[in-house]
Amino acid sequence: MDDIVRDYLPILIFLSLAIGLGIVLILAAVIVAVRNPDPEKVSAYECGFNAFDDARMKFDVRFYLVSILFIIFDLEIAMLFPWAVSFQYLGDTGFWSMMVFLGVLTIGFAYEWKKGALEWE
Amino acid sequence: MTNADIQTVLPEVLLAAYAMLALMFGVYTTKDKVAPLLVWVTSAVLAVLGLWILTGGGGDVAAFGGMIVNDAFARFAKVVILFSAAAVLLMSEGYMAKRGLLRFEYPLLVALAVVGMMVMVSAGDLMALYMGLELQSLALYVVAALRRDSVKSTEAGLKYFVLGALSSGLLLYGASLVYGFAGTTLFTGIIAAVGEGQAPLGLLFGLVFVIAGMAFKVSAAPFHMWTPDVYEGSPTPVTAFFATAPKMAAMGLFARVVHDAFGGVVGDWQQIVAFLAVASMFLGGIAAIGQRNIKRLMAYSSISHMGFALMGLAAGTAFGVQAMLVYMAIYVTMNIGVFAFILAMERDGAPVVRIDELGGYSKREPLRALAMLVLLFSLAGVPPLVGFFGKFYVLRAAMDAGMTWLAIAAVIAAVINAFYYLRIVFLMYFGEDAEAMDSGISPVLWGFLMASAAIMVVGIINLFGVEAIAATAAAALVN
Repeated sequence: MDDIVRDYLPILIFLSLAIGLGIVLILAAVIVAVRNPDPEKVSAYECGFNAFDDARMKFDVRFYLVSILFIIFDLEIAMLFPWAVSFQYLGDTGFWSMMVFLGVLTIGFAYEWKKGALEWE
Repeated sequence: MTNADIQTVLPEVLLAAYAMLALMFGVYTTKDKVAPLLVWVTSAVLAVLGLWILTGGGGDVAAFGGMIVNDAFARFAKVVILFSAAAVLLMSEGYMAKRGLLRFEYPLLVALAVVGMMVMVSAGDLMALYMGLELQSLALYVVAALRRDSVKSTEAGLKYFVLGALSSGLLLYGASLVYGFAGTTLFTGIIAAVGEGQAPLGLLFGLVFVIAGMAFKVSAAPFHMWTPDVYEGSPTPVTAFFATAPKMAAMGLFARVVHDAFGGVVGDWQQIVAFLAVASMFLGGIAAIGQRNIKRLMAYSSISHMGFALMGLAAGTAFGVQAMLVYMAIYVTMNIGVFAFILAMERDGAPVVRIDELGGYSKREPLRALAMLVLLFSLAGVPPLVGFFGKFYVLRAAMDAGMTWLAIAAVIAAVINAFYYLRIVFLMYFGEDAEAMDSGISPVLWGFLMASAAIMVVGIINLFGVEAIAATAAAALVN
């Protein structure tokens, strides 16, 4: 029990350092920096132009779909890599577990495909 | 070894495989046109699995190194979950088809949510717990937003998702604390690390966070805020689903964690659960009084019912768990009947949700009004209906555990709760005549409404033997 608590000591130190550093940086900006605002300084800066329009614009939901798809297959690779590296120690259970996992992902992918989620136009 | 493990989780595996196969079948054939067929098949699969688990028996089996536990307690919860999900699916077909909501994914999402719930109630490890919980929740977020062109439904889905993610975060934080201080995620290891009498401070913190996360899922006050909005915004059949199977699963999970992982320190969680119980009972009862929308009213009603079920759990004894299981089984049965009634409330084909519209209902539909009267009296706990025995059980559990103050508070809360149920009865029988509603009702809804009401009357003989099964289930959990 005490060993476990001691193992967490670095995290505590890191936490207090992070908080301390954050406070120092914010306070330094408040105390040291010169503040002399004018309208040009506080307006939004966009490559020297005036801002064209609002930053909250609508964009196509398909971008979102593609990014989700990317994350799924990205994670698949993240799971496959350690599995492949330690393949020789895994045995039958390890092999078939991954096959089931890939099968489930494939079913999801086939569903998306047939549903038309990948058709851009 | 692995074969035996697969045997233990065979119902879950079969259900998951069925859901994936049906998904492929649906998407490679005529898509939404096969939806009615899939609803019936899914419902049949759920019912068959329920029957299989009910009659199968079997002892206390642990699989995958203790991550999954299949004992009498898990089987009881699974049977309730499977049957209620099957019933709600059947009830939803007509409503969904009429409003163009019957997509073929709907029954499959329900099936996947049920897989998650089955994992939840038989979890023997914090990871299995979280996996089951998330599988259930992710499917439920989607069905809540099923009517995606309605602002209310999407709002319900989004709210449920954001608050569900928050509660999962709390639960995970608690789980990480528990793991950090116990050194294991297995419940059998945690209970050994916790010891008897007084838990170490770190574990206690973990326990509190885990309980807060689970209280979100059972919608116990003060973690209930999402319930009324989600119940109101979701399509009514989905609301019916939310009010039944997931509640049983979450209560099962709650009991599983506090007894299997923290059974040695009953005193430490007893006060928290008792507080949740009192807060839910009173908040649900008082907040429902102002509600005119029957879906929101049922949301508050479910909050207060969760309070009563938690009271059984707060007793911290095997009898308390038995009382909780009996209470939940009765609660689920009553709610199926009430939602069958609500699903049939229509005027010119459009759903009606305001309770004032029920004025003079008994003159036009005497039989349906009578069935609803029986169900509402049962919900309120009026003797001699079955609902009374549910309340009686949890009260006795609290008394036996020496928590007289809790029992007294519960009786007061039950009286407050009776008010809004009786008001609906009053409106139906003595209220001013409202415009007539559609008189048609689909045979499925009629069947569930009448069956549920009949169970509330006939069940007083012996509660259909649920007591004995619940006692075995409780004995498997608490030892």
